[in-house]
Amino acid sequence: MYKLPMILLVAALLIFFSCTLPSCVSVKPYQKNKLNDAEMELSARHAQKFEQSFQLYREGASGANGGKSGGGCGCN
Amino acid sequence: MKKLYINIAVFYLSLLSLHAQPTQVASAEQDTTTYKSRKLNLEEVNFVSSYYHQNGNHSAVTGGIGTERLSDFANTIDIQLSNFSKQGRKNTYLFELGVDHYTSASSDKIDPSTISSASMQDIRIYPSLSWTSLNEQTGNSFGFTGSFSSEYDYQSVGAAFNITRLSKDKNTQFDFKAQVFLDRWSVILPVELRDEVGKGYRQGDSAPRNSFSTSFSLSQVISKRLQALLAIEPSYQHGLLATRYQRNYFTDGSVQVEDLPSARYKLPLALRLNYFLSDHYIIRTYYRYYLDNWGLRAHTAEIEVPVKFTSFVSVSPFYRFNTQRGTKYFAPYGQHSPGSEHFTSDYDLSDLHSNFIGAGFRITPPKGVLGWQRLNMLEIRYGHYVRSTDLNSNIFTLNLRFK
Repeated sequence: MYKLPMILLVAALLIFFSCTLPSCVSVKPYQKNKLNDAEMELSARHAQKFEQSFQLYREGASGANGGKSGGGCGCN
Repeated sequence: MKKLYINIAVFYLSLLSLHAQPTQVASAEQDTTTYKSRKLNLEEVNFVSSYYHQNGNHSAVTGGIGTERLSDFANTIDIQLSNFSKQGRKNTYLFELGVDHYTSASSDKIDPSTISSASMQDIRIYPSLSWTSLNEQTGNSFGFTGSFSSEYDYQSVGAAFNITRLSKDKNTQFDFKAQVFLDRWSVILPVELRDEVGKGYRQGDSAPRNSFSTSFSLSQVISKRLQALLAIEPSYQHGLLATRYQRNYFTDGSVQVEDLPSARYKLPLALRLNYFLSDHYIIRTYYRYYLDNWGLRAHTAEIEVPVKFTSFVSVSPFYRFNTQRGTKYFAPYGQHSPGSEHFTSDYDLSDLHSNFIGAGFRITPPKGVLGWQRLNMLEIRYGHYVRSTDLNSNIFTLNLRFK
């Protein structure tokens, strides 16, 4: 396993979010203008679907990313 | 005098119109709040097109050596329509049609003397239809999807059910999805092994490959700028999971077709965190841990930072890192032990790590792209992929959205 970049990435994410993450607060609908920004969607982009397809074929892992988790050959 | 009469008449008419206007506004307000169209309305149309090209030198068809050159020109169009039911629920219908054309140099090595391969060059067609019923007041919804996919030697039929539940304050969302794919493929063996009496499927047999998966996800608004999603997607596959035209070479010099267990359990767990840093920067992150019963373990992390130059123009550089411990059945060319029960030389299932880097460019001008009002959004993405097993690839994607 190639661990170093992964450890660095996960560590960077943990540090960033532990600094910025406040406790959950009840956000009112009129306070959601930033959360409703198109770039804030909690899903993969429409344009990512083919990237996810080739990653599904070129790597052993699949699923939990909004892409396919089964079906189709993927044998090329 | 005549002028005065005209002035009085105009004044009187203007008074009448002043009196009439509030009534019209009131009725218009009433219309928008109570009337919901039961006619089908076109919500949006998405056209996504991509070109993918890869190069490598560990083809599984030739036992872990040989060219992996492959190209894929993929296109999908989806049309989203909606209307309201008698009960006031919003019905959304999504029709999608995909057509891929691909060429694979290694597939021609199944039978090098003729072009009889599964996919030296092939077209895959895959339509699907979804229906979702939404209660707009609560945000709760459910729906069904049916799908079909066909290529030279492989057919797939799929069905799915999904349900969404929102909390009262709409800050917490739970999604559940169950799906099944019932696939069949015509078995193709390497030309020199077609007459051998081995175990398993023979040349020309029709073999099943069925996939069953469930997906549970929980989305949570954490603050005015931060939201997260936690997803778990257990799945089970059964049937012919090996690719029978892939060769495996053993230490004693013998050769056999790929053989893998007929069942596979997968368990991916994922976390997404999106943070609105400022009006110009958004941070999108993704992490996934994956395990299965073939011994494969993988970590995937992704970060994307959309930079918004204006409300309508953004550039999104991204980086994705993946590392996996390969399946226990993998061995490179000529290194399988003759007594092995299962074996593969497919480098997609080997120990590897990969880097994927690129950027997306997106415009959503209020007057439409290039002044065409209906063309609501244009997005272009490019990504470069490098895998530690000497495979690299490039992908270009174009997404056009019409409204």
